[in-house]
Amino acid sequence: MRIPCPCCGSRDRREFTYYGASVFLDRPAEDAGLEAWDAYLHLRDNPAGVTRDLWYHDPCQSWIEVERDTVTHAILSTAPVARRRA
Amino acid sequence: MTQTHRIPGKGLLIDRARPVRFTFDGVEVQGFHGDTLASALLANGQRMIARSFKYHRPRGVMTAGSEDPSALVEVLEGSQQTPNVRATTQEIHEGLTARSQNRIGSLRHDLLAVNDWLAPFFSAGFYYKTFMWPRAFWERLYEPAIRRAAGLGSLSGHHDVAVYEKAWAHCDLLVIGAGPAGLMAALTAARAGAEVILADEDVRMGGRLLSDQPAVGGLSGPDWAARTVAELAAMPNVRLMTRTTVTGAYDDGTFGALERVGLHVPAPGDLPRECFWRIVARRAILAAGALERPIAHPDNDRPGVMLASGLVSHVAKWGVNPGRVVIFSNNDSGLATARHLTAQGIEIAAYVDPRAIPVTEDFPVYAQATVTGTRGRHGLRDVAVTHAGGTSMIPARTLALAGGWNPTLHLTCHMNGRPVWEESLAAFVPKPGMVPGLSVAGAARGRFSTAACLADGVEVAGEVLRDLSLRPKKTPVPEAEDAPYAIAPLWAVDAGGRAWLDFANDVTTKDVRLAAQEGYASVEHMKRYTTQGMAPDQGKSSNVAALAVLAEATGQGIPATGTTTYRPPFVPVSIGALGAGGRAEGFAPQRLLTSDAKSRAMGAPMIEAGLWYRPSYFPRAGENDWRTACDREVAQVREAVGTCDVSTLGKIDVQGRDAARFLDFVYTNTMSTLKPGRVRYGLMLREDGFVMDDGTCARLAEDHFLVTTTTAAAGLVMRHMDFVHQAFCADWDVRLISVTEAWAQFALAGPKSRAVLASLGIRADLPFMGCTHIDLGGVRARLFRISFSGEEGYEIAVPTRYGASLFEALLSAVHAEGGCAYGMEALNVLRIEKGFITHAEIHGRVTADDVGLGRMVSAKKDCIGKAAAHRPGLTEPGREQLVGLMPVNQGETLSAGAHLYNERDLATRENNQGYVTSVAPSPTLGCWLGLGFVKDGRSRMGQVIRLDDGLRGHKVLVEICDPVFFDPEGGRMRG
Repeated sequence: MRIPCPCCGSRDRREFTYYGASVFLDRPAEDAGLEAWDAYLHLRDNPAGVTRDLWYHDPCQSWIEVERDTVTHAILSTAPVARRRA
Repeated sequence: MTQTHRIPGKGLLIDRARPVRFTFDGVEVQGFHGDTLASALLANGQRMIARSFKYHRPRGVMTAGSEDPSALVEVLEGSQQTPNVRATTQEIHEGLTARSQNRIGSLRHDLLAVNDWLAPFFSAGFYYKTFMWPRAFWERLYEPAIRRAAGLGSLSGHHDVAVYEKAWAHCDLLVIGAGPAGLMAALTAARAGAEVILADEDVRMGGRLLSDQPAVGGLSGPDWAARTVAELAAMPNVRLMTRTTVTGAYDDGTFGALERVGLHVPAPGDLPRECFWRIVARRAILAAGALERPIAHPDNDRPGVMLASGLVSHVAKWGVNPGRVVIFSNNDSGLATARHLTAQGIEIAAYVDPRAIPVTEDFPVYAQATVTGTRGRHGLRDVAVTHAGGTSMIPARTLALAGGWNPTLHLTCHMNGRPVWEESLAAFVPKPGMVPGLSVAGAARGRFSTAACLADGVEVAGEVLRDLSLRPKKTPVPEAEDAPYAIAPLWAVDAGGRAWLDFANDVTTKDVRLAAQEGYASVEHMKRYTTQGMAPDQGKSSNVAALAVLAEATGQGIPATGTTTYRPPFVPVSIGALGAGGRAEGFAPQRLLTSDAKSRAMGAPMIEAGLWYRPSYFPRAGENDWRTACDREVAQVREAVGTCDVSTLGKIDVQGRDAARFLDFVYTNTMSTLKPGRVRYGLMLREDGFVMDDGTCARLAEDHFLVTTTTAAAGLVMRHMDFVHQAFCADWDVRLISVTEAWAQFALAGPKSRAVLASLGIRADLPFMGCTHIDLGGVRARLFRISFSGEEGYEIAVPTRYGASLFEALLSAVHAEGGCAYGMEALNVLRIEKGFITHAEIHGRVTADDVGLGRMVSAKKDCIGKAAAHRPGLTEPGREQLVGLMPVNQGETLSAGAHLYNERDLATRENNQGYVTSVAPSPTLGCWLGLGFVKDGRSRMGQVIRLDDGLRGHKVLVEICDPVFFDPEGGRMRG
């Protein structure tokens, strides 16, 4: 498996650390309540098909949101998570 | 034996001027340079090479490639011994030792051949049905006995000391297979400027051109191949890889490939035995050709029975004389083989074909006939041919089977694609797009004539080049034979007796029919019930015939029956090659401290911590165990001074206008109120509210912080801080970088540490938890006043290149003050005496409050983990809290990992009150000390509880106490 790092180009997956679904980017407010925090921390979809998840490219230290297909293993898009705030 | 079965003047690959001697089963055999073990043995008249898997039937060579199901041998000796090597791919060299395997006694008189007589009892499912009772016999008796009798080669029992290598390669186009299609594809792509890797399993490129030797573009097949290879070799954008089998297709254009590097070399020296390649290709073309299949007829497994293609290769490449040949074929390629061999002077005793074909050939033709049996105990003697006129026994030394061709499409199925049945070829062919980026050309997609292969190579390469945005140059297709391929499927001949489908696992047509009859009618079930296709050859010659027999038995037809799944690897890959470089010291990187050499020179045993190697203790003369040295080191630190390399702690440099704001968000406590020149202890949570790590945070300047992490969590914390920054506050002005390796850092601890600093010329007027830049002999260094020992403590950091000399300087200065260097053991005792936590305590399931640091979670700001830390489950009473543990009877030892129970309770899960995380013998307090977690522990001070270590059978009564055993007011540390 290869992941196109927005910073370094196509790299082997051994260079990346997987972190989980990209909903982890949508951090609730401190006072959002137990249910919202429970959902944020624990509840995840397990799609057969398109999914978005987080990968860390260790050599360049970029966190990347990867859109990929769990059935075909195709990588559909990648983007640095920093772009959301920058 | 003196190469009695060699045809004068023939043999493309052998060099008759270079005889090579090797041994087979202890007998010296002579072959020529360029021979394989198989060809050399055949040239010496030795047809029997192996015993079969289950019935121990005599077996010989069937093919001339890696797909051979029968000719498995052991090579080399001692720790180099390698089992299950295919004699058809092992090149001989001077001094090679090879042995037949899976026998008791000699190859010729294998005692286990009795299994063949018992064959009626050994049909599919025999073991499952027979060895049911008594149950206890299975592990002790049945299984070992069966494993001994049915098996392959044996292991040496020693470590495999052979060197293996792994490597990466990248290209625009990977061409797999260098036959006519592969060569033309590579040539077309290379001329257009693509970076091409051409990989071929054989020693010489050319594929069937070297064996069938058709004329190509006015040259002989081998000459045309040689000329084309030479042109490719001269191009800078082409890499030719011979002896390299592409073993698997993986996601995104990644391919595995196994290169045989040293196994065929007499004295390989530094050469690895094999190299496992990972080839990353933008596009790939599979031009692996096709594999011939046998026909299942009674006793079709004797030494001397070969596939027609294997026979032709042995004649053409190695000049093997097969003697009188009978060919049994159901298709035109078998007939072409008969003509080809006749033209070369080989005697075709009979050509047998079930089809109604004309009988006008230069050799005897038996049309509408089949082979119904063979004779010859250790090698073929006669072939029974049944025809309209009855059955004739035809004396022959070789029987060549030509049951048609299966495109070598295995790689296309490695990502779960399914091939389709092509009726006209009676074979499965790949569909386009089964593996993204992988195209198929030539015989591998059912285009069997030489002309079709050449043209297809050009055509497919052209398509690929367009995808790569390269313009193909006009590459003319050379002229070659374009014979049509006609086949009348014939999978099995029923004439009584056993007819083999899978030669490697001894599976006959009867077994497959039995599987269908007993309900294992799906091809995947049949495979597992009969073990067909599960041998090292993975059923390359048997899968299609076996499922055809199954389809016949179930009446479902072949397309409905389908194939089993082809998975990587295409050929067996040794674990040694896959894990190349990963043994012993290569298993993980070794991180060495700048004090490493000196520490080892001082006799310190090193202990692995993370990937670092740290000294356990520094033994002095007469100190024969860790405990003596450790007690002395602790005492010297408490009474005088000690130094310890603490460079392994993670160091992260945080800079920017928003650096303080960022650290407030990452740490539970407030860092923004820290003054420049001061250090604060910090606690970090995971977002789920549990403690992630702890460390110190030094403010070097208004917008410049240096944070430390624990050794083990350095990478994790860096990744975490990067995530928090990039995901939640990428717009803040803050930058992070790991500087762990950039600084060598040494702790000084003890009442005389200030004196040591003074002797090094460092003014030590720093307050507790202060930090400053210092000049150390012209080197810009950093001084922190922090303590992990409870004594007055400092840490000095210098750029790594000065670490070794600073350690030397510290050692002299410390010795002058009556101190010493101390190792991990003493460091651990010192911190347990002070109740300082490590990852033994913050193991991922404890909250800040559990470790007594609840007040460090600031109420005034948000931070990572704060919301979740307030979950009911993490705040309710009854949680296990950090406590100290001391034995009630002072002399008793404690053990880490033990659980804690109320004094009279049984040691059950329900009664569990907590557990012990760290223990140490404290010379300072004169007894063992422990840290651990106890339910509501902070309100149970003074209670006695039972430590129960079920694993070591150790029970001790302990008193629950404050985790800070020594100097609880901290007066020594603040000095």
